[in-house]
Amino acid sequence: MFSAYFIHLLILVGIYVILAISLQLAVGFTGLLNLGHIAFYCVGAYTSALLALAGFPFWFAFLSAGIMAMLFGFLLSIPTNKLKGDYLALATLGFSFVIYAVALNWTGLTRGPLGLPGIPRPSLAGFVFSNNFSFLILTFVIGLISYLIIKRIIASPFGKVLEAVRDDELATKVLGKNTFKIKTYALGISAFFAGIAGSLYAHYITFIDPSSFTLLQLIPVLTIVIIGGLASLKGTVIASIILVLLPEPLRFIGFPSSIVGPARQIIYALLLLLILIYKPKGFSGKVKLE
Amino acid sequence: MILRINNLKAGYNGMEILHKVDLEVRPAEIVALIGPNGAGKSTLLKSVFNLCKIYSGKIIFKDKDITKLPTHQLIYQGVSYVPQGRQVFSNLSVKENLEMGAFIMRDKEVVKRNIQDVYNKFPFLKERENELAINLSGGEQQMLAIGRALIQDPELLLLDEPSLGLAPKIMKQVFEKIMEINKQGISIIIVEQNAKQAVNIAHRTYILEDGKIALEGGKEILQDDRIKNIYFGGR
Repeated sequence: MFSAYFIHLLILVGIYVILAISLQLAVGFTGLLNLGHIAFYCVGAYTSALLALAGFPFWFAFLSAGIMAMLFGFLLSIPTNKLKGDYLALATLGFSFVIYAVALNWTGLTRGPLGLPGIPRPSLAGFVFSNNFSFLILTFVIGLISYLIIKRIIASPFGKVLEAVRDDELATKVLGKNTFKIKTYALGISAFFAGIAGSLYAHYITFIDPSSFTLLQLIPVLTIVIIGGLASLKGTVIASIILVLLPEPLRFIGFPSSIVGPARQIIYALLLLLILIYKPKGFSGKVKLE
Repeated sequence: MILRINNLKAGYNGMEILHKVDLEVRPAEIVALIGPNGAGKSTLLKSVFNLCKIYSGKIIFKDKDITKLPTHQLIYQGVSYVPQGRQVFSNLSVKENLEMGAFIMRDKEVVKRNIQDVYNKFPFLKERENELAINLSGGEQQMLAIGRALIQDPELLLLDEPSLGLAPKIMKQVFEKIMEINKQGISIIIVEQNAKQAVNIAHRTYILEDGKIALEGGKEILQDDRIKNIYFGGR
C-alpha cells in the first residue's frame, strides 16, 4: 500500500522534473519569464491523448506531443519576441488562458469539461506499461534523457549564447547574433519538453480535462524553478523532489485530504517567500531574480 | 572615407530625433561626437546599427550602403559597437564574455590569438579570466566591453559614453586605451558627455544640437564661443 503510494509520488516527481527543467531553460538560462509553460504541457497532453485514442502507437503520440508543443512555442515566440520581463510574463500568461479556454470550449475536439477518459497506458514494442512500477521506470528514463539533453544544450556554445541573451540582449545582437531566432529556438525547445511531460501525465492518469492545466498547476512549477535557483539544473531537480514530497507527510499526521491540498499551496507560498527573503538566488542559483 | 552618413533622419516611434545629419569618418581617425543631453548623440550611433527607425538618408561604410542591414549583420561588415552602460554579460566569465565577441569567426586559432591580443592590451583581464564579469569594477567592465568589441578586428568602433559612471582616474585610463586602439589603425567614433576629454583625444569633433550638426572642427573647437551657447544655453 505504502509503496504503491510512494511510486505514484515518484512518478509525479519525474513529470515535475521534466516540466521544471524545461521551464528553467527558458526562465533561468534565457531570461524569458514565461508564464505560459503550462499551456505547452496542456497542448502536449491533449495531442498525445487524442492521437492515442485515435489508435496511433504511444511513441508516435508521445513525440507528436513534444513537436506540437514546440510549434506552439514558436508560435508564441513571434508576437512576444520583443517583450521583456513582466510584459513577457503577462503576454505568456494570457496565452495560457487562451489555450485553457480552447481546451474547455472546443468540445468537438476535446469534449470540453467532460475531459478525455480511457487514454491507453503507454506500450512500446508490445510491452504495456500497465502497472505503476513499470511506468515509473519509463518516467525515470524519459526524465533522465530530458535532463541530459537540456544539460548538453546548456553546456554547448548555443547555451552560452542563451545566457548572453539573458544577461544582455542588445550586446548579443550587436555582436552578431540574431536574438529573435535564438529566443524562438529557446522557447520552442522548452515547450517541446513541456509537451512530452504532458504526454506522460495524460498516459499515466489516463484521463485529462482542462482543469489540470490552469494557472494553479503553473505555480508549483514556477516555485520549483525559483527555489531551485535560476540557471541551476541540479537545484531544479532537487527542488522538484522536495516540493512534490514536502506536503505529503501531512497526510500521515492525520490531516484529511481536503486540508492537504490547500496546505500544499500555503507551504509553497511560504517557502517562496522565505527563499526570496533569505536566499534570493535559490538553493544553487547563479542568477538573481530581477 | 570609411563611414559616410548622408542626410540622415532617424528617431523612435514616429518621433524624429535626428534631422538631416551629415557625418564622415576617415580611416584611422577618432571622431568625437559631443553635445547636450537629448541632442541625439546615442541615436546617431544606434542608427548605424539599425537600432532605431531610419526615416531617410544613407549610411555608407566603405562604399557599401549599410542603412538597411539588420543589427546582427553589421558586425560582418567590420563595425563594432559598445553600447552605453557597460553591456557585459554579467553572469558569464571574463573569458566567456570575450568568446562571445567571436560569434562570427570560424577559425578557432584566430579567435585564440585575438583574445590573447585583448589580454595584452588589458592585462588585468587575463588575471581575472575565470571571474564572473559582474565581479569586475565599473572601469574594468567598460574595458571588457571594449575588449570584446575588438575580438573580431573591426575597422570602425562605435563607443557610446565609455566614461559613464567612472571615477576620473579610471576614466583617464579608458581614454588612454582608446587612443592605443586607434594607433593600430582602427577608426573610432566616440560619443561623450565629458566633452573636454573626448575632444582632446579626437582628431575631429562634431557638436550635435537638437538633432543637427551645429559645429565641426579640430581640438580648437573648445575655444569656440558658440560652444557655450550650445552647452549652457547662453544668449
